Amino acid sequence: MRIVVAVKQVPDTSEVRIDEERGTLIREGVPSILNPFDEYALEEAFRWKDELGGTVIVVSMGPPQAEVVLREAVSMGADEAILLSDRAFAGADTWATSHTLAKAVEKMGDIDIVMTGKQAIDGDTAQTGPSIAASLDWPQITFVGKVRELTGKHIIAERYVEGGSEVIKSSLPVVVTILKDANTPRLPSLKGKMRARKIEIPVWGKNDLELSEEEVGLDGSPTRVVSIATPETFTDGQIHHGEPEELAKLMADSLLGTEDS
Amino acid sequence: MASIEVRKETCVGCGICVPACPFGAISMEENLAVISDDCTLCGACESSCSFGAIIIRTGETDGTCISDYSGIMVIAEQRDGIVDHSTLELLGEAKKLAESDGSVVTVALLTEEGGKWPEKLIQYGADIVYIAENPALKHFRTEPFSRTVEKLVKQKKPAIVLAAATTTGRDLMPRIAKNLNTGLTADCTELAIDPETGGLLQTRPAFGGNILATIVCADTRPQMATVRPRVMKALEPDKNRNGEIEKIELAPEDLTSRTEVLEFNPLDEGEVDITEAELIVSGGRGLKSPENFALLEELAGLLEGSIGASRAAIDAGWVSYPHQVGQTGKTVQPKTYIACGISGAVQHRVGMQSSDRIFAVNKDASAPIFEFCNEGYVGDLFEIIPLLIKEIKRRRK
Ligand SMILES: Cc1cc2nc3c(=O)[nH]c(=O)nc-3n(C[C@H](O)[C@H](O)[C@H](O)COP(=O)(O)OP(=O)(O)OC[C@H]3O[C@@H](n4cnc5c(N)ncnc54)[C@H](O)[C@@H]3O)c2cc1C
Ligand SMILES: Nc1ncnc2c1ncn2[C@@H]1O[C@H](COP(=O)(O)O)[C@@H](O)[C@H]1O
Repeated sequence: MRIVVAVKQVPDTSEVRIDEERGTLIREGVPSILNPFDEYALEEAFRWKDELGGTVIVVSMGPPQAEVVLREAVSMGADEAILLSDRAFAGADTWATSHTLAKAVEKMGDIDIVMTGKQAIDGDTAQTGPSIAASLDWPQITFVGKVRELTGKHIIAERYVEGGSEVIKSSLPVVVTILKDANTPRLPSLKGKMRARKIEIPVWGKNDLELSEEEVGLDGSPTRVVSIATPETFTDGQIHHGEPEELAKLMADSLLGTEDS
Repeated sequence: MASIEVRKETCVGCGICVPACPFGAISMEENLAVISDDCTLCGACESSCSFGAIIIRTGETDGTCISDYSGIMVIAEQRDGIVDHSTLELLGEAKKLAESDGSVVTVALLTEEGGKWPEKLIQYGADIVYIAENPALKHFRTEPFSRTVEKLVKQKKPAIVLAAATTTGRDLMPRIAKNLNTGLTADCTELAIDPETGGLLQTRPAFGGNILATIVCADTRPQMATVRPRVMKALEPDKNRNGEIEKIELAPEDLTSRTEVLEFNPLDEGEVDITEAELIVSGGRGLKSPENFALLEELAGLLEGSIGASRAAIDAGWVSYPHQVGQTGKTVQPKTYIACGISGAVQHRVGMQSSDRIFAVNKDASAPIFEFCNEGYVGDLFEIIPLLIKEIKRRRK
């Protein structure tokens, strides 16, 4: 079994603060982290590798420093890591990102499954996984809360959807996007950390992937961000202070409204 | 290759672009903005600069003729043949967008059997209903659905294609957008037509809800977006509206699929899907123990609501993950959201801020939740909630 896990380096959005006066983001001192959702995709890959044997390859598209998250993934158990980095990749939207990642998967060859996190916490789009599947013309199972069965030929997984869960069977190769429900990610092992320090991470650029400038990065991206605003803060809320009895009565008034007799 | 450039002659060194950069890639050196390699070409600085001193250059575009495309197409969502409310909301929104230029609003319905739905969709705002009926379309499956919609889009050339940002829409639309070589914006909360360009302005929360980004798809068509359910409003159905119904021809090869749905397991009774709830009583770290959630359950029971929780409460193991509200949990829009012992961190806020009415009980008057709730009660929840329960019971007697 050869499994690819796509991981992304993201700013820790919980550390992002807002400059109230200017209404902009303060990014200073905000650390970059492995996208938290990708840990579940990694764990799912490791879990099945432990069971079936095989190789887990992690891949990330990003600036040179994205190598850090690849090493982190290796410390957790990934066998190989590949960084897709090129100035021409900058400014990619999900179309261009998935296009580039798909090309890398093709270049790796003989891949059975590509796993991604549900979404990246900076973009929150959840589009990259299904777009990779489209690029490769593979089937896809998105929003997977549980992988029930995996063999050399097929996968059976539960998709958590509105109102319940669907059990889906797919042939391989396939793209699967993993939810937090699927597992509990493991911590890096000592051995893993040592391997992570030493491992050579090849860097593939657009020429290695035989991609042209028009299909990567900003040029290859149909969408553009035209403006960024901070959400308006709602300020006309009523804040009540007082004795608990009084507050409970006021709250009942508001909650019950006309039901009040 | 795309590049970013600061025009030395035009840059006045005002520094406005420095904080505008979400990636901290701009610094001021000798009164000139300097952009580092951290730049992702996101364009935030370009629009922040009042002097037009920052320019992002893109490569040549292939010149698809965007004027060939017109109208708005909604992709309907159905389960067991029943069209989802989100589809009606999208029709309402599409109608609103069409007002400016009188665009035609169409809807694509893929189902086993349409029944009365095509007429209903017309009542809710559709001018044309494209319907594909086949047993193979009973359950949503990515491949037959995406192939059928792709073909339809190529044939009808809508300028805009909308679907709900549900697990179905978010599975289907990226696949279609990739195959049609066009842009897709996820989970929009606001749509508008740019009066200057006629293009679709697609606004959505990003960066964990810290910012609202407006995105356009300038050079390719259609412009595609998934739209968050329960944000847009459906129209009142109008029985006198007229519209056309057109059958979509299906080729057998369009209906093949490498995936199959083996079973569908609805949520257990009592395990309601909180995204459907009209009222949610939510608890956070302030609840202190799993037992204390019984208090919230009692209140939720009285008010016929469901239980939600902050991630702190989930991580502590007091409540199960399907109840988590927020960035990494569910997005909810109930009529009433009651937050108890929740501070209101931005990751929680993005999951519940579009609720109609937000109530907050917190003993810390400076908790962020008081900045965006409609009604805040400063006090100890262990005092207030039991009294509230008593009060509700008394009034209902
Ligand atoms: C990547 C990422 C994703 C995240 N996703 C989510 C998400 O999806 N959902 C989410 O909720 N969080 C999420 N978080 C976590 C979020 O940042 C906060 O840590 C979390 O929401 C805090 O939960 P809380 O409000 O319950 O706890 P706290 O922030 O600890 O607040 C507890 C509140 O209870 C009040 N309180 C205590 N005792 C009482 C009492 N007796 N009576 C009344 N009030 C009392 C306190 O004053 C305090 O305001 C995420 C974080 C990260 C980094
Ligand atoms: N630049 C990237 N490099 C590698 N994987 C990515 C990248 N962007 C997104 N992904 C993967 O796609 C998933 C969904 O991301 P998104 O579509 O951006 O929400 C992430 O959880 C990652 O697994």
